Amino acid sequence: MKKLSARRRHPLAAVVVLLLALAATGGLYAAFAPASKAQADETAQSLAIEEGKKLYSVGCASCHGTGGQGTTDGPSLVGVGSAAVDFQVATGRMPAQQPGAQVPKKPVIYDQAQIDQLAAYVASLGPGPVTPTEKQYNPEGADIARGGDLWRTNCAQCHNFTGEGGALTKGKYAPSLEDSTPKQIYEAMQTGPQNMPSFPDTTMPEKEKKDIIAYVKSVNGDETPTPGGFALGGLGPVSEGLFGWIFGLGALIAVAIWVAAHTAKAKKS
Amino acid sequence: MSTTTDAKRKAPAGERVADWADGRLGIYSLAKANMRKIFPDHWSFMLGEICLYSFIIIILTGVYLTLFFHPSMNEVHYHGSYVPMQGIRMTEAYASTLDISFDVRGGLLIRQIHHWAALIFIAGMFVHMMRVFFTGAFRKPREINWLFGFLLFALGMFTGFTGYSLPDDLLSGTGVRFTQGAILSVPIVGTYISMFLFGGEFPGHDIIARFYSIHILLLPGIMLGLVVAHLILVFYHKHTQFPGPGRTNKNVVGMPLLPVYMAKAGGFFFLVFGVIAVIAALFTINPIWALGPYRPDQVSTGAQPDWYMGFAEGLVRVMPGWEINLWGHTLVLGVFIPLVVFGLVLAAIAVYPFIESWITGDKREHHILDRPRNAPTRTALGVAWVTSYMVMLIGGGNDIFATHLHMSINSITWFVRIFYFVGPVIAFIVTKRICMGLQRRDRDKVLHGRESGIIKRLPHGEFVEIHEPLSQSQRYSLTAHEQYEPAEVGPAVDENGVERKLTRGEKLRAKLSKGYFGEGNQVPKATAEEYREISSGHGGHH
Repeated sequence: MKKLSARRRHPLAAVVVLLLALAATGGLYAAFAPASKAQADETAQSLAIEEGKKLYSVGCASCHGTGGQGTTDGPSLVGVGSAAVDFQVATGRMPAQQPGAQVPKKPVIYDQAQIDQLAAYVASLGPGPVTPTEKQYNPEGADIARGGDLWRTNCAQCHNFTGEGGALTKGKYAPSLEDSTPKQIYEAMQTGPQNMPSFPDTTMPEKEKKDIIAYVKSVNGDETPTPGGFALGGLGPVSEGLFGWIFGLGALIAVAIWVAAHTAKAKKS
Repeated sequence: MSTTTDAKRKAPAGERVADWADGRLGIYSLAKANMRKIFPDHWSFMLGEICLYSFIIIILTGVYLTLFFHPSMNEVHYHGSYVPMQGIRMTEAYASTLDISFDVRGGLLIRQIHHWAALIFIAGMFVHMMRVFFTGAFRKPREINWLFGFLLFALGMFTGFTGYSLPDDLLSGTGVRFTQGAILSVPIVGTYISMFLFGGEFPGHDIIARFYSIHILLLPGIMLGLVVAHLILVFYHKHTQFPGPGRTNKNVVGMPLLPVYMAKAGGFFFLVFGVIAVIAALFTINPIWALGPYRPDQVSTGAQPDWYMGFAEGLVRVMPGWEINLWGHTLVLGVFIPLVVFGLVLAAIAVYPFIESWITGDKREHHILDRPRNAPTRTALGVAWVTSYMVMLIGGGNDIFATHLHMSINSITWFVRIFYFVGPVIAFIVTKRICMGLQRRDRDKVLHGRESGIIKRLPHGEFVEIHEPLSQSQRYSLTAHEQYEPAEVGPAVDENGVERKLTRGEKLRAKLSKGYFGEGNQVPKATAEEYREISSGHGGHH
């Protein structure tokens, strides 16, 4: 102990103490951290990340940068989360075809496994919204009426009463939700793609998201009944007015011409 | 009394009923005067009938709807059969409209017939008015009837507006809010009118009940009276007719009311009813169940009024949001100017006959219609008005056009802003040129005949097209119209050499008259002398 005590004012003493402290903390962390399970996942995860990175380098890096840091052509992907990737790529919006007011929906070019790999890679860049599980977005048993109320308060001003879509400024638009899957609607609310604001769980809990999905699918799904007959696009008075003029009044004028053409004529001798 | 017993033995039952009625109502003299009334034949004369019949259909279906509709703003929780609205708080007005749509037998069909018929009714009036306008049928003695028709059109718009607002759904509620905004923009009195109309702050608890009275009683009552007056005047003036041989300002050539037009008109009623019923059975209109109940804190995109209010929507949508703040008061020009223009656009229809008769100074009666080409300036003015109206309709639907034509809503708005002023001018010039061209064509046809399409080679090798001369009656039809001389202001000095004082009105009138009838604004029609000269001289070869 004397030796130690004698050297306690040695210029390197502080460094030694620091090293010892660091080693102790690190050792303790390594000993107590829940390691085993994470490790097993990590190999699969890191494989997915690796594959995702390859796909990313080919399909995305030219705009978003080689490390996802973003360029003048595309935003940074650090922190957008796997949900954003799943939404953008699974709806065909990404990879984008050309710059413009808004990136439109297109045919999807990756399969779901590739999309998951891309999502894993982008998620590894920084924490963000995670792709939802079916338990989260499946609208089975949700409150449709409550969803309708939430929809009209939060969504209808851009997406129309029943999700037919609507115009935004300068060529941007809120798309129709006719073909959107519950998962995509959930992800859109989570991540706020393009011009849409995001509705994280703190402002709109999972249950309310489900209610909204249930409402959209009940009024704008494949099996939505249209009790009034053909819905004319569900666009309201503009399409109704056009139809009334062209086919309503048009048919009546055609009938009038027909009636006028059939007149009582005096027989020619 | 003894004659009745005589008749009982001799006359058939129908005659006895008629006799009975005549003794009390005087129907024989009425029938004698009117049953053989002659109406001319032309499909465009049936446009008014479309309006009349759709109006009747609207009244019939409307009565049915009143049996089930509750014009109340009391709040209830919905527990009917439409699942996506279960348990939602709404007014009784909206809940009862849902019930009409889902739980009343035939309710949805009747609602859709009512609404489609309303759209077609007003569209029909629009086209009917265009027919009357472009053929000059509004001239003396029919100016008052033009005003009646105009009132029917304007009242029809407001009846429609109050009607589609009744269900108290999110779409129509937005429209009511829009209207309240327009009322508020009126300087000084706007706030008071709004408070009076809504019984306090928007939306209050009264507006649906008030609109109900206006929609089912006040406006249709006035309209029914106007329709009757309109028809009585049609009978009194007799119908106009297109020019043709045997048709003069003093006769009507056509078929008698009974039996021909009774059968035709009666049949046409059922055809109109049938077409509207088929449309209503197949095509949704105003699916209020998909819209949700009105709440002032909610709104949807694509919120447009029915088409006849579309130009008002357009005016507000494209107007820059100007406002002036003075002494603590705000003048919202961005809304008030559209409100004023809305009034002016309608007023232009009402006053036109009086403006034209002032310009022509013509005090005679006119029962022979103008062909639109023979009144180029009037026709061009009408087309200019319609153009500005249509441009504003595009403005009213700018978001739908943007999404469906993949264009920027801002570009469409700017297009509308510019074309609201430029479009009518272009339309005016183009229409006038077309009319003049058609007049020249008529003149050419009268003088040189119809192009037969047969090419003849003359002995010296020249090719000519054979022109077939028109028949006398065709030539008559093409030259029956009369052409006005432009009004002159007269000499600048009177007979004593003193300078004449001309009022500004006289100068303006002379200027307008020159614009209507002066050189280059109409083609002199072919005269008999010209025709004789050409047909006697070097016949047909041209």
